[in-house]
Amino acid sequence: MAGVSDAELKGMSQEERVKALGMTTEQLTGKSMYIEFDPDATERFTYPWAPDVDFNKRTEIDTDEMTSTEVNDEIRAKMNEGYGSIVLKNPRGKHSLGVGILNKLNLIIEGSTGYFGVGLIDGPNVRVNGRVGWSCGENMMSGTVVIEKNAGSTFGAAIRGGDLVCKGSVGSRTGIDMKGGTIIVGGDTGALSGFMMQRGRMVVCGNAGKNLGDSMYDGTIYIGGEIQSLGVDAIEAELTDLDKAWLTRKLTQYGMVPEGGVGHFKKIVAGKMLWNYDNLEPNEKKLIL
Amino acid sequence: MCGIAGLIHRGKSSNVGGEMTAMLQALKHRGPDSTGYAVYGPRSDDYVMRVKVAEAEDMAKGRGITQVLADRIAAVDAVLAEHGATVKSKEAVTAYSLRYVIGHDGNTGDMAEHIEETDGVEILSMGNGLELIKDLGDASVVADLYGLNDFTGTHGIGHTRMATESDVDIKSAHPYWAFPYNDVSVVHNGQITNYWIMRREMERKGHRFMSNCDSELLAVYVAHNLSKGVSLEDTLRQSIEEIDGVFTYLVATKDQLGMAKDTMAAKPLVLYESDDLIAMASEEVAIRAILPQEIDTYDPYDEEVRVWQA
Repeated sequence: MAGVSDAELKGMSQEERVKALGMTTEQLTGKSMYIEFDPDATERFTYPWAPDVDFNKRTEIDTDEMTSTEVNDEIRAKMNEGYGSIVLKNPRGKHSLGVGILNKLNLIIEGSTGYFGVGLIDGPNVRVNGRVGWSCGENMMSGTVVIEKNAGSTFGAAIRGGDLVCKGSVGSRTGIDMKGGTIIVGGDTGALSGFMMQRGRMVVCGNAGKNLGDSMYDGTIYIGGEIQSLGVDAIEAELTDLDKAWLTRKLTQYGMVPEGGVGHFKKIVAGKMLWNYDNLEPNEKKLIL
Repeated sequence: MCGIAGLIHRGKSSNVGGEMTAMLQALKHRGPDSTGYAVYGPRSDDYVMRVKVAEAEDMAKGRGITQVLADRIAAVDAVLAEHGATVKSKEAVTAYSLRYVIGHDGNTGDMAEHIEETDGVEILSMGNGLELIKDLGDASVVADLYGLNDFTGTHGIGHTRMATESDVDIKSAHPYWAFPYNDVSVVHNGQITNYWIMRREMERKGHRFMSNCDSELLAVYVAHNLSKGVSLEDTLRQSIEEIDGVFTYLVATKDQLGMAKDTMAAKPLVLYESDDLIAMASEEVAIRAILPQEIDTYDPYDEEVRVWQA
């Protein structure tokens, strides 16, 4: 903030003040890292005790008469037998399917799941042909999850890494408390999406509900449609060429680039007038708080 | 936590009793304390009155309760006669719960108020198509007890209750009838934070409350607005402005089913909509209980209001 006086800061808009203080969300300062999942980099993502699985070895589990616990136990048993591709049939809205998978795995869910689907995962590539309920992918660490239909609220809550993709629309509070990774939504998202977001990127091709990015610390939200309203301390920033390149690359990966490209996306970042993780000097903090 | 569910068939009747039982049983984990139904059968010129003359737990109070119940039922019969109602059938479904079919040409509201002047008597519902049933236990227990598995109708709403702010008893169970507004019922999942302010307001306007359950307020609120000529859709929209808290609730009338979600969208609802059936529930697993095939569902957003016609 060298060269900017207190008086000048006071005369600036919130956004100008943030820029003058050298804070933008492109600076992912702090100790957390943004890591994209690379299925070939198994030495970085595979736990030493994880069973060795073969993606070409495929099996199916008919979940119709099974409890969620039985299904999840069966997934682990199949991984221990070396199966690297597992298909779940007839899930019919069961909760907590595929949670806690800490290994590379192709998991295909043929149907729809209930709450907390594929939460707490670290590594698998998941495809869901149907819809998912609340809190899908909560706390996921790495891997990819692609949902073909809609998703419920708190989609990707507290996600730390990986790609969580919904090709339809999602409920409210998407990416609440997200700490990394990427959330992509093909349709609309509800109110309070990105609430208290700390790291990572969220892309919504459609509209966003009210209070978008409320109290976000950091991270970036891209919205392709209309924003009903921004939350406290969320501000619009310039969409740079770097942003466009990243958006194009990421959306191409999932076949979700809108007609006309990504130039119309709005970029939302933290105004950083609330709490933030940057190492500011006490007098600087006083200026912006 | 509580679970709510509803369905409405467009232009036809179905086994809504069995369908609601399947949905509510799938939501048992959201609330095992009590289960309730408001199902709508063929409309008739006669009124169906469901009345409770004691709580289930009262039955363990010794032999004296038998005479108490007999006295209360006699009091109900006396009021019906006094108001010129013709009792066409009277069935004691349980020792404490009765189903009357009555013919009546006068003001059923006045009669209902008079019936409830007897201590321990509560009318669970009155209407030309509505049958409101609620009792302790899960959906299969209640459905078996009240013979709901073969109930034919056009629509219904239901509730599985986890008691958080009032007792485990029938009077605190859902659905609530919008007393004294015939054929209107409400189920709710959530907490209403301006309950006492709104309750006092409604009481000042002459409405009665039978429990301390905040969900009852919604039934009273809906009854008040409908009695003033406000449409169901406008009532639901207005409620989002006036009622504070986190809630999703369903309202059924003789030929409509509506839903409203609070401003925070903090309580879940999953919707399935087709040309001939609309089904909704707190969790998708309940919808899958009646529609196992692959279907498209979605979550309504904050402040969303929908009303469907049977």
